[in-house]
Amino acid sequence: MSRPDLVAAGLVASIVVWGPSPLAAQGLRTYVANGDSISVSLTGRPGDPEKGRAVVANRQVGLCLLCHTGPIPEERFQGSLAPELSGAGSRWSEGQLRLRIVDAARINPATIMPPYYRTQGLTRVARSFVDKPILSAEQIEDVVAYLTTLKD
Amino acid sequence: MKPRAALLAVLALAATVARAEIPEAERRSGYHDMGPSVQAMQDDDAANPGTLWLLQGEALWDRRQGAAAKSCADCHGAASGLAGVAARYPAFSGVSSRPIDLEQRINLCRTDNQKADAWAYESRELLSLSAYVARQSRDLPIAPPADPRLAPFLAAGADLFARRQGQLNLSCAQCHDDNHGKKLAAATIPQAHPTGYPIYRLEWQSLGSLQRRLRNCLIGMRAEPYAYGAPEYVDLELYLMSRARGMPLEAPGVRP
Repeated sequence: MSRPDLVAAGLVASIVVWGPSPLAAQGLRTYVANGDSISVSLTGRPGDPEKGRAVVANRQVGLCLLCHTGPIPEERFQGSLAPELSGAGSRWSEGQLRLRIVDAARINPATIMPPYYRTQGLTRVARSFVDKPILSAEQIEDVVAYLTTLKD
Repeated sequence: MKPRAALLAVLALAATVARAEIPEAERRSGYHDMGPSVQAMQDDDAANPGTLWLLQGEALWDRRQGAAAKSCADCHGAASGLAGVAARYPAFSGVSSRPIDLEQRINLCRTDNQKADAWAYESRELLSLSAYVARQSRDLPIAPPADPRLAPFLAAGADLFARRQGQLNLSCAQCHDDNHGKKLAAATIPQAHPTGYPIYRLEWQSLGSLQRRLRNCLIGMRAEPYAYGAPEYVDLELYLMSRARGMPLEAPGVRP
C-alpha cells in the first residue's frame, strides 16, 4: 500500500498501521498511530527520564535546544523558534508527545520539526545519515519519558 | 525582447516564484543582527580582517599572469571601473549557456583571456580577487540583471530555496523566510541576504565565499552538500541576489 493510500485509510479508520513492511524494511520498529498519538512505547518498555534529559540537552544528539527552550539551566543559548519544552507534559499526553517526535509532519505537513524516526521521503540526506533515524527508538522513549515529567 | 519588456518578464517571474518573500521595507542585512563590536570591525577598514585579502587582490589585479602575460588592469584599467559589477552577479554567460557567479567570471577571464589555470574555489587568490572586485561595489544597491535568459535558473534557485533537504528535512525558507529574527541556539537567524560576500566569518577565521556559507547550512541540515561550482549553488545565489535586490553591498562583510 502506498503512503497516500495509508494516509487515506487512516483518515477513514483513524488508525494507521505503519508496518510491518515499510518500517521494518527501514530497520525501524513498527508502530501504530491512533489519531494524533502513538500510545504504545516503540520499544515495548517505558523510557528513562534521566537519559532523556541528557538526549535533549545534547546539541549533537537530540538537537532539541537548537530550536526549543527547556528547563535545562546549565545549557546556555537555547533556541526560540519552537514552543517551550516546559509544560509539554501538561499540554500533551505521552502518546501525543511520541508521535510529535517520531514524525510531526503527519500532524502538520508544514512543520519545521524534523522527523526523528523516519528515513523515507527525505531528499539529499548526507551520506553518513542515510537510512538512519535522528534518534533510536530507545532514545525517543527516553525523551518521551523526560518530557512527560515537564508538567509546569 | 526590449529591455523594458525583459525587466517586466523577470519581475513577473520573481513575483510568481517568490512564496512569502520578505517585503522590501522589512529586508534587513545580517549586519544589523550583530553586536556593535563586530559591526565596528566591518566598518573600519583598518580593523576589518577582509582588508588583508583586499590588499592581495589589489596586487593580483596588476600582476601579469598566464601564457598571455596579461593582467586584469591591462584589459579593464582601474579596478574602480568595475564598480557595480559584483552587484549584478550571477549573470548569464553565453560561453557557459547558464548563469555564472563572480568567482566563475574571474576564472573564465583567467582561462580564456590570460591563458592561465583556473583558481580553486576558496583559494586565497580567488577569494582575494573576488573580494577586491566586490569592494568596488560597496554601498551600491544589489541589481540583478533584467535578462530573460536567467528566468529558468532563477526559478530553479527559488525552488531549491523552498525544498526540504537532509535528515532534518529543512528548507532554507523555513528558517530564513519564516523564522528570521528568532534564535537558533546562540545565533539570530538572519534573512539570508548575500550582502557581504566574500565574507570574513569569525567562526572560519577566514574570508569565505557564499558557496562556502551555503555548504555550511546544508551540512547543518544533514544534507549532502553540492560540490563547489555546482549549478545548484549558482541558481541559489541568483535567487538570493534577486531576493535582496536594492540592498547595498557591504563586501567584504564581517559576521560572527
